[in-house]
Amino acid sequence: MSTIIDTYLTNEISQLPFCPGCGHEPLLKALDEALVTLQPDPTKTVIVTDIGCIGLSDRYFITHGFHGLHGRSITYACGMKLARPELTVIVLMGDGGCGIGGTHLLNVARRNIDITLLVANNFNYGMTGGQHSLSTPLSGITPTTPMGNLECAMDLCGTAIAAGAGWAYRGTTFDKDLPDRIAEAITQPWFSMLDIWEMCTAYYLLHNKLKKKDLMDIMDRNNLKHGLVANNPRPEYGAQYRATYVDSATLEDKPHTIETKFSNNVTRQIGIVIAGSAGQKVRSSARLLAQSSMCAGLSVTQKDDYPITVMTGYSVSEIIVSPERINYTAIDTVDYFVLVSVDGLKNTKSRIKKLPSTCTIYVEKSLKLPHTEAKIIRLPLITTAKKINRLSICIVALAALMKDSGIINLDAFAKAITTFQKPATVKLSLKALYAGSALIQTEQEVDSSRGTVHNKIFNKPKGELK
Amino acid sequence: MGLEFIEGNEAIARGALKANCDFFAGYPISPSSSILHHMLNKLPKVGGVAIQGEDEIASIGMCIGAAMTGAKVLTATSGPGMSLYSENIGLAVIGETPLVIVNVQRQGPATGSATKGAEGDILFTRWCTSGGQPMIVLSPATVSEAYELTYRAFNLAEKYRTPVFLLTNKEIAVTRESVDLERVELPRLVNRKRAAIGDPCLPYRFKALHEVPEFADIGGDQITRFTTSSHNEAGYLTSSPEIIQKMIDHYAAKIKSAEEDIALVKQDIEEGAEILMISYGITSRSVTVAVKKMREQGYKMSSLTLQSLYPVPRITLNKALLGIKRVVVPEMNMGQYIQEIQRLIPVGVEVVGVNKMDTTLLSPDEIIDRGVLS
Repeated sequence: MSTIIDTYLTNEISQLPFCPGCGHEPLLKALDEALVTLQPDPTKTVIVTDIGCIGLSDRYFITHGFHGLHGRSITYACGMKLARPELTVIVLMGDGGCGIGGTHLLNVARRNIDITLLVANNFNYGMTGGQHSLSTPLSGITPTTPMGNLECAMDLCGTAIAAGAGWAYRGTTFDKDLPDRIAEAITQPWFSMLDIWEMCTAYYLLHNKLKKKDLMDIMDRNNLKHGLVANNPRPEYGAQYRATYVDSATLEDKPHTIETKFSNNVTRQIGIVIAGSAGQKVRSSARLLAQSSMCAGLSVTQKDDYPITVMTGYSVSEIIVSPERINYTAIDTVDYFVLVSVDGLKNTKSRIKKLPSTCTIYVEKSLKLPHTEAKIIRLPLITTAKKINRLSICIVALAALMKDSGIINLDAFAKAITTFQKPATVKLSLKALYAGSALIQTEQEVDSSRGTVHNKIFNKPKGELK
Repeated sequence: MGLEFIEGNEAIARGALKANCDFFAGYPISPSSSILHHMLNKLPKVGGVAIQGEDEIASIGMCIGAAMTGAKVLTATSGPGMSLYSENIGLAVIGETPLVIVNVQRQGPATGSATKGAEGDILFTRWCTSGGQPMIVLSPATVSEAYELTYRAFNLAEKYRTPVFLLTNKEIAVTRESVDLERVELPRLVNRKRAAIGDPCLPYRFKALHEVPEFADIGGDQITRFTTSSHNEAGYLTSSPEIIQKMIDHYAAKIKSAEEDIALVKQDIEEGAEILMISYGITSRSVTVAVKKMREQGYKMSSLTLQSLYPVPRITLNKALLGIKRVVVPEMNMGQYIQEIQRLIPVGVEVVGVNKMDTTLLSPDEIIDRGVLS
């Protein structure tokens, strides 16, 4: 029982606020004619307007209306189209909007989102007093180009096409076929744009001779085609997005949960620092330590520090474990310090110098440490890891730490490895774990320069690694 | 369900999904980028849309467009990105758009220390757009609070048709913590009140000033309008000083009248205390340690942890100030929220700020030495 809509303009159309002779009125009437031809459901159609005189237009249509910020109308239109693909989304923007929002024009063309852009291009900022815009012709006189415009006018269609626009048309409000062309643009199931040249009688025409024929001359002079400039369809973004991501989405991610299965010997908040090189799996190994601490019923925090580059420079992780809720997440007093490379040493040198006597450093034996009060345990971390896998060095070191300190059962570490690592790496990591813990009985070199015996604050765990 | 080991940014994404967020747009910036990653990965799996915009302006613009079609939207950025959001935040205020904005604070100004934490955007967030309207700002202190407050931010955005800010910090955003999100108690989910179908289009109609207008979706069965300009109840441009003033009063009234509804303050009150600590965000966790230490030494102290910064929870603050001789406000900035406290302070009460923004956390000892013992 759908009835034919004979106009999409409201009955307020007689009160259009435009200056006599302004091109906006014929443009809106051409759009109305196009809509009458296509008969879209007004409740499924939205007219999005930019700032400028053209921004006054949306209220004169019986469709939904959205009037947004200067230059940003394309962004609102894209959000609406992506959220509600069934909508017909039409943007009305001036040449000014193409300037301030130029990046949005490039990016909607590049992404190819199915909105239709009508540029009401009258070569100046009509609402703010006729200042020059990016489309003001060379030598054009405006209040901001009093001696004639020195800037090259931008070819809007050409720019959009260069960015990937598949459908672009250049015309004028004098074109008899403008309604048909607008209808054709709206019908395209991808991004389409019309650069519609028109007259600003209030400002641009005050200082510049511009008749219908002059518009054609400017196009000719600049090798700008009048009519359909591009028609090269390619897949629309929203449709591709839905096909690629939404329709083929697998089940929702299941969170990785950790169950408490092991005991621990931690009686207060403990701070552990692991310093090495990027690419040595410092962060992921620290995370395994954290996860094993959680398996042992402890609260844990982890912070990582590394340069913005990848696979070069230092990588430092800080782990706090505690039997209680952790409040302050910085480690002012380090309890255990793991050092596996020169990069890690360089980054933490000043920190190592200040380590207290209650701290134990587990360090690759070839590294030369600055003077420190801390107890130093030198271990052949590099050679041990090399026998398994170079990248297992942090696990070797952490296993030594756990074995020596007894803070967490090594079984908890093994559990974290088998639960959270990829099957391919589990075997190597477990090997590293055994090798690391074995270092404590065999290869330990305690630096006795302090002349005191390190007091363990923990008891050895009851359960030993099988 | 059990414990997880996740960072604050993931908790924010999870909180958003729990609140039925179905649209996200954002632009990469440290330290908020992983929210973008999580949303791009998680949202399509529940039928939503997530996109990386060409810049922050496009990202929040797409969010506002989507929100006005009925979507529940989230965007996330850090300091410099907030600057680019500014104009569109004003649009969301005047257009009464439900929108959740995360600002993962980093040390600034400008690029500053891009990967380091700070709390330098408190007043900036409060006054982040032209026109000076009230804002709703929440601030989590932990990873699980990041989850909870994101969810609550959606409820507030829906209820009051306004942008709501979640002001977090690099120190929470990219720090992993052991958490059990299943055990976080959440209120009932709130959805914006929709206009009845068949009513005439009056998208900005309200009787009392504080009333929140009923929402009609762009693309819904009832034709509706949205505008950046001063408008009447029909969403038509107006130049009537009377209507313009009424609308301005309305934006303020709907948030001011909800002050108690929005207020989220954790109170740790000790009878007879003459010292009151007021803190928020990551710094409040150092305060917790400091208070415990001082109490062990025999000091009597009370502590308020603000989870909602704006509107300022005045009633709770005023009550807690009774009998207090010294108020300590530690912040990872050079003294911002302290200005809100100073406005409320009775004559004769000393207000001490403990401030730094050298990228490191304020330690419990710094707070004690400079705030309590000084």
